[in-house]
Amino acid sequence: MESRTIVRIALIAAVIAVLGLLPGVVLPIAAGVPVTAQTLGVMLAGIVLGPRHGALAVLLFIFVVLLGAPLLSGGRGGLGVLFGPSVGFLIGFVPAAFVTGLLMQRLKHLPVFAAALIAAIGGGIVVEYACGIVGLMAVARMSVVQALIATAVFIPGDLLKALATAFVAEASFRAYPAAIAGRA
Amino acid sequence: MIADSLAPPNWLSRVPAGVKLAALALFSVALVPVDDWRILAAALLALGAIYAGFGRYGLTRLKLLRPLLPLLVVIGGVQALSQGFEAGAVIVMRLVAMLLAADLVSMTTTMGALMEVLAPPLRLLRPLGVNPRKMSLAVALVMRFVPVLMTRWRAREEAWKARSSRRVPVRLVAAFFAESLQLADRVAEALDARGFDTAPVTPRPPRR
Repeated sequence: MESRTIVRIALIAAVIAVLGLLPGVVLPIAAGVPVTAQTLGVMLAGIVLGPRHGALAVLLFIFVVLLGAPLLSGGRGGLGVLFGPSVGFLIGFVPAAFVTGLLMQRLKHLPVFAAALIAAIGGGIVVEYACGIVGLMAVARMSVVQALIATAVFIPGDLLKALATAFVAEASFRAYPAAIAGRA
Repeated sequence: MIADSLAPPNWLSRVPAGVKLAALALFSVALVPVDDWRILAAALLALGAIYAGFGRYGLTRLKLLRPLLPLLVVIGGVQALSQGFEAGAVIVMRLVAMLLAADLVSMTTTMGALMEVLAPPLRLLRPLGVNPRKMSLAVALVMRFVPVLMTRWRAREEAWKARSSRRVPVRLVAAFFAESLQLADRVAEALDARGFDTAPVTPRPPRR
């Protein structure tokens, strides 16, 4: 692995952290729904780095959080996050970034915006929620339906984040074509 | 920001990190089958006493639970509706006890100490292609990038706010993101120029 790859992975991990620490900067979201931009970073990880390196960036982020850095949205960190009810969403970041990257690769023939939007919805919403719901079922002993109802409030916010991801991907690609793996 | 996550030195800081991790694992596993609210209440009381023993810092630390409050209420509520009040209380108490115990380890153990405990298991992963040297470089880079990116973002945000009363647009995030990627590529060039060798010590055919 070249230094360029390692540094990019580390940078994206840091971007995921920073987006989680700055709540509500970007997203014009209906009042009352607590949404941070952290999953925006996870979606971007897959799009920019591709499936394998994107998943590695997310793993690195989780590793640093578990080591105790308070980088999870809301300033949480440390081993406690493994026991929280939202652990499924946290672990789900890894397959979410992987699937986002995979979809992005498969959709090479589409324009960046469209490909990134589809990839972000597939990885960042479908896969992410599937993991989060399984986590809630296991940790909070909820049924599928209960877990679905408990998480459904966040889906509109995440759809907006997928849109924002596509926008950011498209704009960064135009500003710096080397930004997106396998496109330049 | 990152220094805040450690408590002022106390008796628990002096316990070796490996012992604390093992104790945490045992405690959490032991708690899973417990369905009696009295045992859980006792565990919570004991944890509360330890937190209180840390003085004011321990009490402010409890505030970290606040972001989780809505989710805990939903979980407790759903459980209480379907299986009775006691079941709801038990599940919330168990979650809070595990969170508090894990946070005790996190706030009394430095990242360096945890990395050291993890070094032997990471070495076991070497045949799978995990290079401990690259791992620590990557962790160090993340810790360094976070404050740098925060500062850069704040500067952009201030520049925007000085010129417009509208809220910060997504466009600004896109520019920030593209600039950060360029920063990463420059840092990589700098590492290479200084001869930071990420290749393994034993020669191996180059892989792209």
